[in-house]
Amino acid sequence: MLIYTLKRLLQAIPTMLIVITISFFLMRIAPGGPFDGERALPPEIEANLMAAYHLDEPLPMQYLRYMGNLLQGDFGPSFKYKDFSVTELILQGFPVSLEIGGLAILLALLLGLPLGVIAALKRNSTVDYLVMGTALAGIAIPNFVIAPILALVFGVLLAWLPAGGWNGGALPNLVLPVIALSIQQIAYIARMMRASMIEVLGSHYIRTARAKGLAESQVIWRHALRPALLPVTSYLGPAVAGIITGSVVIEQIFGIPGIGRYFVQGALNRDYTLVMGTVVFYGALIVLMNLLVDLIYSALDPQIRHDD
Amino acid sequence: MFSHRFTRAALLAALMAGATQSAPAAVLQVGNGAEPGTLDPQKTNGVWETRITRALFERLVTYAADGSLAPGLAVSWTISDDGTTYTFQLRPAEWSDGTPITADDAVFALRRLLKPAIASHNANLYYPIKNARAVNTGEAEPSELGVSAPDDHTLVIQLDEPTAYFLQALAMTEAAPLPRHLVEKAGDEWTRPGTMVSSGAFTLREWRPQARIDLERNPHFHDADAVSLDGVTFYPIDDTGSALNRFRAGDLDISYSGVPASRFDWVTDNLGESLRVGPLVAEYFYMFNLRDGQPLADERVREALSLAVRREVITDRTLGMGQRASYWYVPRATEGGTHGSLKLAEQPVEQRLARAKRLMREAGYGPDNPLRVTLRYNTLEDHKKIAVAVAAMWKPLGVEVELINAEAAVHYATVNEGNFEIARYGMVATINDPYDFLNAYAEGGSAQRSTGYRNDAYDALVERSTRELDTERRAQLMTRAEQMLLDDHALLPLYDYVSAHLVAPEVKGWQTTAIDVHPLRYIQLKD
Repeated sequence: MLIYTLKRLLQAIPTMLIVITISFFLMRIAPGGPFDGERALPPEIEANLMAAYHLDEPLPMQYLRYMGNLLQGDFGPSFKYKDFSVTELILQGFPVSLEIGGLAILLALLLGLPLGVIAALKRNSTVDYLVMGTALAGIAIPNFVIAPILALVFGVLLAWLPAGGWNGGALPNLVLPVIALSIQQIAYIARMMRASMIEVLGSHYIRTARAKGLAESQVIWRHALRPALLPVTSYLGPAVAGIITGSVVIEQIFGIPGIGRYFVQGALNRDYTLVMGTVVFYGALIVLMNLLVDLIYSALDPQIRHDD
Repeated sequence: MFSHRFTRAALLAALMAGATQSAPAAVLQVGNGAEPGTLDPQKTNGVWETRITRALFERLVTYAADGSLAPGLAVSWTISDDGTTYTFQLRPAEWSDGTPITADDAVFALRRLLKPAIASHNANLYYPIKNARAVNTGEAEPSELGVSAPDDHTLVIQLDEPTAYFLQALAMTEAAPLPRHLVEKAGDEWTRPGTMVSSGAFTLREWRPQARIDLERNPHFHDADAVSLDGVTFYPIDDTGSALNRFRAGDLDISYSGVPASRFDWVTDNLGESLRVGPLVAEYFYMFNLRDGQPLADERVREALSLAVRREVITDRTLGMGQRASYWYVPRATEGGTHGSLKLAEQPVEQRLARAKRLMREAGYGPDNPLRVTLRYNTLEDHKKIAVAVAAMWKPLGVEVELINAEAAVHYATVNEGNFEIARYGMVATINDPYDFLNAYAEGGSAQRSTGYRNDAYDALVERSTRELDTERRAQLMTRAEQMLLDDHALLPLYDYVSAHLVAPEVKGWQTTAIDVHPLRYIQLKD
């Protein structure tokens, strides 16, 4: 297991190198630069800015400089947020995104899994239609619609919760963003759980278990649940990486200081170093999450072993 | 984790405030349009940054509550008869750590401002200072800059030529004296909370990126007794809808995030007493590419297009936030403004349209040979609405418009390279003076480089007006220059921008100003 993990981590190095290289050059191919704004800068000023960020050097040189700094753990200064380095921005924002995203995933699992199981057990009943209909709505309505409505209803009209703001992560400030972020995930997980549960319940070994005269609850708990969790687990790997790195919509609407906005704003501002920082960070998280999923897989399904 | 540290700091601050005062602390809650990229006053590039740095750093010349110039760290100044030597008398004042503020801090700051490595966006506003351009391009040492401190309280600035707008430039945060003793020691990290030392009405207490910036009253400020607020908290809120929600929920005393255009009528009806709309020194216009071979190189076509656009329809029906239809280039709210105007303004619409059609025919366009042009704008709902309306107004002339929208970075890069036919442009003044606008179309100016406009007589007038120190004569020169630009139909003005902010009724001492400055030192919170 340990050797397998190490091997996988080593394999991730060339993957990351390719990701970094492609992102670096793709970003530079995009038209427009970090200093193209409403007011065209005088040539002298633009030259100073380009020199300050080494953008006046040939591109291969810039690439080598970037890789050299990266090896020392230096993501460079942000072009837009000049008073902070990219590392600082990510380190300050990530705990916030992790907190909101982690809670949203937890909520999604706590609600989505049981709902999916119930819908599968009561297949084609009113309960099933109700759960799946709601789930479909949850997937169809984007969070940039749900989030402002939540803020307006619970923050302004009813005034039960803050309409926005982080307030150092106080519980009332977490409620609305976590709900807004989790709705879609609850829906996805419930639908996926229902589908795989139905499939498992129709399989031969479940029929055998029932034929042995096992109680229905034992059939479900001991024999059906574990294999049914497998598709959800493989979905969760990339999904968790996506959710804990923040959502630009949720962050902007609720004023949350996470890192989700950096993915979008960094690209729009042509903040090259910030974009690269988020890409490296997100790439590494995906690699880690996928590894974690594979390890959990082997725990859930004895047929999958990683002992080389 | 950060959140815990922050809560503890806030708690501590609250306890300390409670121990020294009986009344609850008056802390103004401000929704600030975006997260500041920097609090280094020499590196700022947006109102969401200068709104904070102005409260932190006092300049030699500062703004009164109404946005006019007033003495700041300088109590008085004299300008030599030839207009090139400025001598400032500094008042006795202290940095927030108690160190005296001296003329040497001002010299240090101006030299630093022009260093190429600082890469200040607005450094060119200070090029009138002797040797400034050479220092900024690395051809001269900062010590050669025309600034000196004969004693601790006297600052002399030597200009190459008289410059009418120079005092306005000194009121900007870029020109604020800096704490030399700190900047030399702390380097780039001098703007961090806990490290920064400031000279303004407030000091920096806490900065959580994307969450909040807390300022607290600076007891060392030269006019500290007159400052009413105990502190100010800025929240970076870029979403106008969220800002409105949080203002309505009572979280914000002031919202600078704008009002969603779709909710403007609702806000007028329901939050009318909080809505503050005022004209800005900012202009919305369409740029024409005037280079040879371009369709808009033909003046008749430009005039025809201008004649056909009914600005009032755009301001009243498309926008409806109080924007003023414009037949000029320099916004009417500009101090010491100009009076140039497009001659088409008073003509009835039918007459304008008839003339426009005739001009198009003369230029060789007709039903068989329609003018096909591209109109570029940066992706935003309002820009799109305006472009669609303008294209519809040009239709009777047989003009076929292709609308092209692109994200801001691409749009401006394309425009700045001169790669367009007609392009949407917004010019916002950095100083309350027509100079910014007129200079943009003079040789080497930003608009000139984009559009290829060349008019030697215009360039000469702009240059003369910059050197002219007599207000009245200068206004005449600038009006003539503006009129020349308008007579050439070098651009198609559409409207003067307005600012639209939400200010709670408890906030006193806040005024709308043409350059959108609202000094926090004059603001009070009262029920």
